[in-house]
Amino acid sequence: MKKVGVLSLQGDFAAHGAALERAGAQPVYVRESADLRSLDGLVIPGGESTTMLKLMRFDGLFDAVAEFGGRKPVFGTCAGAILVADEVSGPAQESLRLMDIAVERNAYGRQIDSRVTQIEPEPEFLARTAPGKMEAVFIRAPIIRRTGPDARILARYHGDPVLVEQGRHLVSTFHPELTADSRVHALFLEKL
Amino acid sequence: MFQFASEQFRVNVGLAEMLKGGVIMDVTNAQQAKIAEDAGASAVMALERVPSDIRRDGGVARMANIAIIEEIMKTVTIPVMAKARIGHFMEARILEALGVDFIDESEVLTPADEEHHIDKTGFKTPFVCGARNLGEALRRIGEGATMVRTKGEAGSGNIVEAVRHIRTIVKEMKQLTVLGKEELYQHAKTLAAPLELVEWVARHGKLPVPNFSAGGIATPADAALVMQLGAEAVFVGSGIFKSSDPAARAKAIVQAARNFDNPGKLLEASRSLGEAMPGLDISKIPEGELLQTRGW
Repeated sequence: MKKVGVLSLQGDFAAHGAALERAGAQPVYVRESADLRSLDGLVIPGGESTTMLKLMRFDGLFDAVAEFGGRKPVFGTCAGAILVADEVSGPAQESLRLMDIAVERNAYGRQIDSRVTQIEPEPEFLARTAPGKMEAVFIRAPIIRRTGPDARILARYHGDPVLVEQGRHLVSTFHPELTADSRVHALFLEKL
Repeated sequence: MFQFASEQFRVNVGLAEMLKGGVIMDVTNAQQAKIAEDAGASAVMALERVPSDIRRDGGVARMANIAIIEEIMKTVTIPVMAKARIGHFMEARILEALGVDFIDESEVLTPADEEHHIDKTGFKTPFVCGARNLGEALRRIGEGATMVRTKGEAGSGNIVEAVRHIRTIVKEMKQLTVLGKEELYQHAKTLAAPLELVEWVARHGKLPVPNFSAGGIATPADAALVMQLGAEAVFVGSGIFKSSDPAARAKAIVQAARNFDNPGKLLEASRSLGEAMPGLDISKIPEGELLQTRGW
């Protein structure tokens, strides 16, 4: 069974752990650099990106995760997508720069603009996982404003990319861990 | 029927999920909000006076001045919460119109209604409410709260009430898991809580919404203690900005919430913090001045 880390500094790491178990992987809750040893991949969960960034900065975990992402797959959701992006706006902040995407924080507005909606993933995603619409939970979500030439857009909402793959990495601006649909986690496990 | 599957419930529980493992700090101006955000707070609670000042000043404590809340919303990018008086649904409507991310229907303010809490199901903005026991927590969830926090005794700098409340809720939840279905009907009456929520807790052994702790947290050790006892995140009110070095203490409590099960890291977080806020012996607070007995 694949061992997948979940960065557990703050946020909905427990929900990701449960989602990974449902998709058939063993979650490992990562609190410090040493926890990254012998993992096949890493999930950076939802939460507050500024908070996680500060916590990662306090004890060198930032560099350890960047190094991990240089050789293993990383899946970022919402705040996690902000952290792996190359460029962050609204306002600008430091990031791991694992994927060539530009992300704008809280781009839909505040909590009253959060929503649960149905999206139609791209045919490539459906072919690689299973057919059917997908429920997407957006919470104070960011918007991916730019993707690089190597990015594959696997789902969109109102025209903006919301599920993007680039090489071994994957990001979603919504929260697949908060639904019963395991396809996004299953896709990530396929990449390990 | 309780709407577990409704979009509003899921989105609002979802935001509460995102705040787990973090520290929500009381702030009274933009400068404090910035200190909190820089220290790694996962959200801030915007208010006019911290609870220990409300306690000292007396009088009627109301929803904060809108200008203060707005200034804080402009200053930080983390979620901003604000307090409405118990039962004061129009203060809550104003906070919703302002666009705060979470409303705390709070016993720290002077109650506006001594019989009814706000019907929170009619709001788009999520609510957090205080509770001292499981029945109170489930009544608030039944009314639409999507986050519960133990009340503790706000502004006391004394952790004893927060401990009592989290222990009580956790114990009462454990007890439900061993009861038979026919016993749950009776127990729902004892708890004075909606049956379907009682049944949900009996099945899952936890609340259907995140359960945080508040009211008396003054040190990193306090934060770690309530998290060990089952709290999923902490609110710190007077504990930070009434201490001698708020920035250092804020950082240390954030570290403590993250490392609540690692004594070595807690030791590091507890070094060179300066003076904690002065604390109050709960038994010396006149009964009429206790905040936790507001709400029911």
